[in-house]
Amino acid sequence: MTDQRSQAEIVRQSLKRRYRKERRFRLYGMTAIVIALASLFILFADIIGKGYTGFIKTTITLEVTLDSEAMYLDDPTDADQRSMADFNAPIINALSDLIPGVENRAAQRELSRLVGSYGASQIRDMLRANPELLNTTQTMTFLAHDRVSVYVKHADNPNYSIRLSEQQQAWVDELVEKGVIETSFNDVLFSSGDSREPSNAGILGAVVGSLLTMVVTLVIAFPVGVAAAIYLEEFAPQNRFTDFIEVNINNLAAVPSIIFGLLGLAVFIGLFGMPRSVPVVGGLVLALMTLPTIIISSRAAIKSVPPSIREAAEGIGASKMQVVLHHVLPLAMPGMLTGSIIGMAQALGETAPLLLIGMVAFIVEIPDGFFSSATVLPVQVYLWATSAEQGFIELASAGIMILLTFLISMNALAIWLRKRLERRW
Amino acid sequence: MSINQNIPNVAEKPNEAPMTKQAAALAVEAKREDIIVEEGKTVGLPYSDNPKFKLRNVEVFYGEDRAIKDISLDIARNEVISFIGPSGCGKSTFLRCLNRMNDSIDICRVKGQLMLDDVDIYHSKRDVVELRARIGMVFQKPNPFPKSIYDNVAYGPRIHGLANRKSDLDEIVENSLRKAGLWNEVKDRLDATATGMSGGQQQRLCIARAIAVSPEVILMDEPCSALDPIATAKVEELIAEMSESYTIVIVTHSMQQAARVSHRTAYFHLGHLVEVNETDKVFTSPEHELTESYITGRFG
Repeated sequence: MTDQRSQAEIVRQSLKRRYRKERRFRLYGMTAIVIALASLFILFADIIGKGYTGFIKTTITLEVTLDSEAMYLDDPTDADQRSMADFNAPIINALSDLIPGVENRAAQRELSRLVGSYGASQIRDMLRANPELLNTTQTMTFLAHDRVSVYVKHADNPNYSIRLSEQQQAWVDELVEKGVIETSFNDVLFSSGDSREPSNAGILGAVVGSLLTMVVTLVIAFPVGVAAAIYLEEFAPQNRFTDFIEVNINNLAAVPSIIFGLLGLAVFIGLFGMPRSVPVVGGLVLALMTLPTIIISSRAAIKSVPPSIREAAEGIGASKMQVVLHHVLPLAMPGMLTGSIIGMAQALGETAPLLLIGMVAFIVEIPDGFFSSATVLPVQVYLWATSAEQGFIELASAGIMILLTFLISMNALAIWLRKRLERRW
Repeated sequence: MSINQNIPNVAEKPNEAPMTKQAAALAVEAKREDIIVEEGKTVGLPYSDNPKFKLRNVEVFYGEDRAIKDISLDIARNEVISFIGPSGCGKSTFLRCLNRMNDSIDICRVKGQLMLDDVDIYHSKRDVVELRARIGMVFQKPNPFPKSIYDNVAYGPRIHGLANRKSDLDEIVENSLRKAGLWNEVKDRLDATATGMSGGQQQRLCIARAIAVSPEVILMDEPCSALDPIATAKVEELIAEMSESYTIVIVTHSMQQAARVSHRTAYFHLGHLVEVNETDKVFTSPEHELTESYITGRFG
């Protein structure tokens, strides 16, 4: 009797200890999650805080008089005349009208620099397309110079230095008050390629480049990866050779991605003579990099198909191929797709191998095919982050936000597909 | 008799204190270990005049392990034979040799002569797909495909090309479900997914799926071990009905089930086939000492 009581006592004491241990363990776990969430939050807050201004553009709307005398231009269709003409004059005149008292040429030039450097070419292009507009007055909206944009958006931000003279700052203030300088949603970012001028730089070229590259990656990596996984899992004999292959696939998954870039440079560009900076080569390199991930996740998905289903099909007389095609593959498909999409997301965020095959070039045109020069989203972010102009700081952050949006949507797609296709047995 | 007669019987030694239950169990254990079955010697009636399967000197190896030790047995046409024996005695392994389900296990090797209607099952030119179309199998756990009830039954006929028209296929599905006693329960929901059915229904669906390809033999690997008594009774009824048209081999852990459904019963022990006899004979007056120990519940 006493024995039993003391035993219960011992258990009770140990219970306390056990529960304490459990509480402590739970606390560790929660701390870890809090730390992870906090880091994530800080990261996002920083990127969004820096980047949201990238989605705002600063414009100057002017009533420009396209005076042929001021521009030294009689016939806008004549290329020789166009190359000699002074398309800056209408802008200077329009600004001088708004801000009286700017007389000497130096001050006028200062004033005209409020408009971005593509203002003159904007007038030229318009006149070339519509020669009848010569000697008329048009309301035109120009992108403000990067420095003006920085001043308007970040006048109070200590991280930015204002590179406008006192005089220019006063003019900008006046023009803002008059409603000539305005800020609006930055559609340029989504509709144009890269540019030396931050105000004119857009991400569309990189988005298209990324899409083209991803198409090549998917078309190559998914079928090859799934086929390899099916062969290794269902048909390959268990021997030294297949063991060797398996070890190598697992190792390849851990190889730094830049090695794949070197491989692409040496094989695709060096040996096969493919062009540099094109989505095809980028896609091939990323396909090689993604293959191990796809093979490993596909094999795991095939392994997780219950053997009872396989046996049922075999027992009824299905051939190996029928077992695989009718039963294993449909049941493994959600897992395979999830693995592939996660592999693709990894490839989408990859920079290092693409630097080596030349996709880091400065490309203004939006790529129009698999063989036209292109860059991709993460490389574009890298390019902007290393650029000197202050306007690129916010563009880089905006680019990161766009890239993250793509990645998050891809992961969401993976989750949705898995939920959608998952079948219970 | 094929056992060693010099068994040191611990339990009957004189001058020993009355034993506790544990000690008695240990003694039985010791005794069981000491009984040596002579290889290839099976008591009872292992052979038949009209064999569907003629199995001679069958041995199965898992790597170095000999799981089946020199078994010879005939399985007669249209008979129900049940394989009983303690866990790990090789009855399932032996069953799986009959339709070469062991093929997919790399380390498994089968030796000996296994003939189905006088044709070698393991002949290198023998097509395993054709073999399995003739020998249906029902597994321990109901394993319907995660498809509709109709598609489950229609799968076999489809892959073997047994029905050219939709109406033929419908007929095969209906007949199979009727034979499996499932038609009235599912005729209104043939498009419902099979995994939503009860365990007993799923198992009968698996039987329907097996008979849809009109096999000659049906192998059943503990078909009722995952079912409740009512579902079990239904499956057993079904087996009795099916025995008119099929040869049925059933592995079971339930001796009552073996007694209820089978014509002959084979007792396996550690890879040996110890005794084969008329079912009544096995359960009332077994010839072999090991069989007796097993059916009286002294080990299992």
